[in-house]
Amino acid sequence: MKIPFSLRKNKRSNWVLPYMFFLLVFVVAPLVLIGLYSFFDYNGNFTLKHFVKFFTQTEILNTFIYSIVVASVVTCICILIAYPAAFFLSRMNVSKSRILIMLFVLPMFVNVLIRSLATVALFDFLHLQLGEGALLFGLTYDFLPFMIFPIYNSIVKIDPALIEAAQDLGATISQLISRVILPLSVPGITSGIMMVFLPAISTFAISEILTLNNKRLFGSIIQENIMITDKMNFGAALSLIMLIIIYLSLMIERKKGSQEEQETGF
Amino acid sequence: MAESNPFVPLGAADNPAAAGHPVAADNPAPVAGESNKETYIIQVRNISKSFGNKNVLNNVSLFIKKGEFVTILGPSGCGKTTLLKLLAGFHLADQGEIILDGKCINNIPPHQRPMNTVFQRYALFPHLNVYENIAFGLKLKKTPEDTIEKEVKRVLKIVGLTDYEERDVNSLSGGQQQRVAIARAIINKPKVLLLDEPLAALDLKMRKDMQLELKQMHKDLGITFIYVTHDQEEALTLSDTIVVMRDGVVQQIGTPVDIYNEPVNPFVADFIGESNILNGIMKKDKLVSFMGRDFDCVDVGFAENEQVDVVIRPEDIYIMNRNDNAMINGRVTSCIFKGVHYEMAVETENGYELLVQDYNAFETGSEVSLIVKPFDIQVMKKPIVSNVIEGQMLSSTSVELFGAAVECKENNDIEPGTAIRATIGFDEIELMDYKEDGALGGEITFILYKGDHYHLTVTTDNGNILYVDTTEVWDDGDNVGIKFYPDKIKIEKA
Repeated sequence: MKIPFSLRKNKRSNWVLPYMFFLLVFVVAPLVLIGLYSFFDYNGNFTLKHFVKFFTQTEILNTFIYSIVVASVVTCICILIAYPAAFFLSRMNVSKSRILIMLFVLPMFVNVLIRSLATVALFDFLHLQLGEGALLFGLTYDFLPFMIFPIYNSIVKIDPALIEAAQDLGATISQLISRVILPLSVPGITSGIMMVFLPAISTFAISEILTLNNKRLFGSIIQENIMITDKMNFGAALSLIMLIIIYLSLMIERKKGSQEEQETGF
Repeated sequence: MAESNPFVPLGAADNPAAAGHPVAADNPAPVAGESNKETYIIQVRNISKSFGNKNVLNNVSLFIKKGEFVTILGPSGCGKTTLLKLLAGFHLADQGEIILDGKCINNIPPHQRPMNTVFQRYALFPHLNVYENIAFGLKLKKTPEDTIEKEVKRVLKIVGLTDYEERDVNSLSGGQQQRVAIARAIINKPKVLLLDEPLAALDLKMRKDMQLELKQMHKDLGITFIYVTHDQEEALTLSDTIVVMRDGVVQQIGTPVDIYNEPVNPFVADFIGESNILNGIMKKDKLVSFMGRDFDCVDVGFAENEQVDVVIRPEDIYIMNRNDNAMINGRVTSCIFKGVHYEMAVETENGYELLVQDYNAFETGSEVSLIVKPFDIQVMKKPIVSNVIEGQMLSSTSVELFGAAVECKENNDIEPGTAIRATIGFDEIELMDYKEDGALGGEITFILYKGDHYHLTVTTDNGNILYVDTTEVWDDGDNVGIKFYPDKIKIEKA
């Protein structure tokens, strides 16, 4: 067999081929399919009716807005809990903070569905009603580590000399935090938001379990439509709309973060 | 502390009352005979500081006059930066007091101290532009915006960066960043400006320019500068007073001229400038013997036949063609052109090596004569003349020294278990390549060349200090085994 020239030598760039194949089959092709399906009806005729449907059917639009509200609330709660936690973690000595970080990571070893089921059990045990409250609790519980790590990373990266400089120039501890540490950890907060807000919009399993399928998020709608053969095209359109929103928010972040070094928690 | 502190003109340094300094009634003079203590803006009294079990500062005292340019000079790890951080308030002293304007400021946090720091790597806020960086301190104090604007313009002019307000600090060169850092500190009109190796990150040419500018700024502003550096040349150029430190201990405090011309010990002599350091014996007043002959000198006040260290600066040795009447004859072993002068190593007839600087070159191999004038010979007391170790008798043939059992000459006069004092000459210790080969392990922490041998400072693994004279060449930081000769250990009851 004749080996193509580019493959003849074990060039290092060839090592990426398996991943390129993976990307092509499982990322690019599905994206193309989603794009195509969105603009065709079940019979294969070009149409924009799915998009019209999205903007005219109040139930779907409302679910979409509700998802954004839920995701925003969860993101805010995560920031409020994660920021102080990350701040104190960053000020601890490494041996102590390592244990705490481990404790934060540990729940992530457990599958998210099992964790959600455990949350249901916990609420049952405490005689608390499942529903919106359980949903917010469950999502916060699931996504909190994704907020802590980027913030922690951005805070530990702050040069200690900057903190000394601020104190030297007369900053009290609250001024130090508001004028130096907070602005310098913005890249961490933005990556945290990306990693919490976007998955929270599109989640469906967690919301089904924790609200007994009473409160539906945008992810549930997509999932329901995709599962039904003749509504698949509509489901694809909804996915496309969500992708566009994710892309737009990524662009906004990139613009904000273009000066500072891009930073992700993992 | 709370009073606003306008820049104090230099003249006011002599008259603190004129500068409006309250003589605090609640702070009586702790020691008699310090009636002039009010002229000191900062008094560092017996400060000690350790991190873990490492003693970084050891009983450091320092008195700084208002308006003075003081440089704390020493090799890395000597505690100079720690001392600066104590002054700024970033560390707390374990012992001792820091007094500013007559008030103890030990427990005052950094943000309330009327001092500002210029950091080694500038520490400019990357999220703020030049204007915002400089305005930082004033904004914290809620100064009106128009005052801030005026002040920023004023300090930018002082540091020579007019019209740089809107620039991003990351786009500035090292020198420009340093100027912003200085501007950011002086805009707060501190009583004392602390500078932590501010020029270390700049290239040589830029450093020289900035040195002169700093000196000029100090003159114009009239505030006290405390400057930390490891660069002796920088210290000599800038300072009114130099504080030489080593291993957390102040070695010498004096003017640059004093420190250069009259170093108090071989460490200072070696650290400041080039020098020839030799062992000598003070025969009597104004007569010192070294390199195998007697020299007239100007030093008095030593005991007869006291062992001393002799320092001769290379530029103070006169070199000429061989002349049989000269004091010292020798041969040039190397000759290097140094720009203004030539630096030559001369080996004398009796085996000493001397460093000589002269405008004229004497080629390698040429026979030369050397002359040293009496007032160019600096004689220093030797801090110690041999190693004295407290230990105890283990048996009639062994002693415990620094926690190790060491064989010694048979001694039946002293009971085992008795505390003893062992005296071991510098040249009576052998250093081995491997720690395991010696009775003790150690590390070479300081090397002094003494013309015909090296005087090594060895820190043992358990933190004790031994001095060793040897002709073998070792490097700073070498791990060594320390071997004692049984019959060279002189033992007496403690």
